[in-house]
Amino acid sequence: MTRPGWFPIVLGLSLAVALTFLTLPVVAIFIDSSPADLIASLGEPGALDALRLSLRTTAISIGIILLVGTPAAYLMATRSFRGKALLVTLIELPLVLPPAVAGIGLLAAVGPAGILGGTVEAAGIELSLATAGVVVALTFVASPFYVRQAMTAFAAVDRTLFDASRTLGASEARGFLRVMIPVALPGLVAGMALALGRALGEFGATLMFAGSFQGITQTVPLAIYDRFSTEFESALALSAVLVAVSAAILLSVKLVQGGDALGGWRAE
Amino acid sequence: MGALIVCAAVAAGCGDDSDDGGGDADEPVRLVVSAAASMTAAIESCAPRFEEEQNGEVRLSFAGSDELAAQIRQGAKVDVYAAANTRLPDELSSEKLLSEPVEFATNEFVLAVPGDSDIDSVEGVAEEGTKLVIGSESVPIGAYTRTMLARLPAGQEKAILANVRSNEPDVKGVVGKLIQGAADAGFVYVTDVNATGGKLKAIDLPEDLEPQVTYAAGVVSKAPEPELGRRFVDGLTQGACADALKESGFGPAP
Repeated sequence: MTRPGWFPIVLGLSLAVALTFLTLPVVAIFIDSSPADLIASLGEPGALDALRLSLRTTAISIGIILLVGTPAAYLMATRSFRGKALLVTLIELPLVLPPAVAGIGLLAAVGPAGILGGTVEAAGIELSLATAGVVVALTFVASPFYVRQAMTAFAAVDRTLFDASRTLGASEARGFLRVMIPVALPGLVAGMALALGRALGEFGATLMFAGSFQGITQTVPLAIYDRFSTEFESALALSAVLVAVSAAILLSVKLVQGGDALGGWRAE
Repeated sequence: MGALIVCAAVAAGCGDDSDDGGGDADEPVRLVVSAAASMTAAIESCAPRFEEEQNGEVRLSFAGSDELAAQIRQGAKVDVYAAANTRLPDELSSEKLLSEPVEFATNEFVLAVPGDSDIDSVEGVAEEGTKLVIGSESVPIGAYTRTMLARLPAGQEKAILANVRSNEPDVKGVVGKLIQGAADAGFVYVTDVNATGGKLKAIDLPEDLEPQVTYAAGVVSKAPEPELGRRFVDGLTQGACADALKESGFGPAP
């Protein structure tokens, strides 16, 4: 007969506290905004513009991240070389940077007065105060989420499969496309979901680097901030939409993965 | 619920309990001041003097006046509210959230351009291709900008509005975009231009266009330190902070 210990109680309490803390603000958003308000606020052209812009810039930035991040992560995961740990740290650094630092950094790098500002301008590319600038900001803050997860996913692939394909005469490119990507797919999708969520929620770097203009640079988080002081109801409604979209992304990823890649969606 | 969200988002100003328990005479009290972003340099320079004189700690929070007002409406624990207009303090006062507002300074609304810019008038801003950055409609600087633009001939107003590339949440955003070279022109207060140390230059507007910019402050009704708050507001018209405001280029109250 085992005595019920104190430890399980501590565990249970911790989980209860964590759950309450994490869900309360989200629940409050839905309690404070009635479904009628929500629909009404979406009828407002500014809100729709913000949603459209957010989805468009996020989609473009995720496309760039997948296209460049996947081969880069594969290379990092399958080679070992001196200074690799340092390289990994550099790639992960934006994860822990405050958005304001990301904004300042982007301005200093590719802003009009930045070190590469002249080059960007000479190439005829307009970043600051333009939609392209939003994409740059989103890509900067979101890509480490994907690359990091992708490196882990590629590193976890059983190499015998890949080696077998190579012995059978397949090129590395073919092995990468036909073996590595399909096997690592659940991890890649999980990384993409994290990057997507981060890109959708990006605020500080976008405001500092790209500014805020309806339909051009004002994404949903910026629109929420813009409405916060004068139209709190409308800000709440837009927040609710963002919560719903983000939740939908997370859920669909878990469903696509059949429930176990992100850790047991269905009860065992 | 709403207040909870704001407290979570705005770490400064609320959250940790400002009530330090007893109230011993030698225990420093803490005053929370929410002031318009355009006063950042002036208030920061005089706050230490006030702290010394009153044996209290002053916590400053600078942002767009509209945002600060929204925080007070959401129940943020603030003692003093100093805004870049009279409308917002008047509104809060009529909602019984703020004491009778005191007008304590004026500012000059100007066109700001980078130090080496060729733009020297509002006409220059109306030219096609000029990148203009202004305050968003809800913040005083943005409201003044729209008031001023409405006084222009309709065609010119339209041309200028077509050049707007960003609606910034406060004057800091406008000044930052100008200093970074992201924009060619912006409408701010002359004190903001003075604070850039020559990186930007101010272009005066014709008197008939220039909106009257008056700053007003009051003690928040639910202030944890109402008495000290009152002294801080008084100090905006005479004392260290009044001097600092004058030094930064603010004019006397009308």
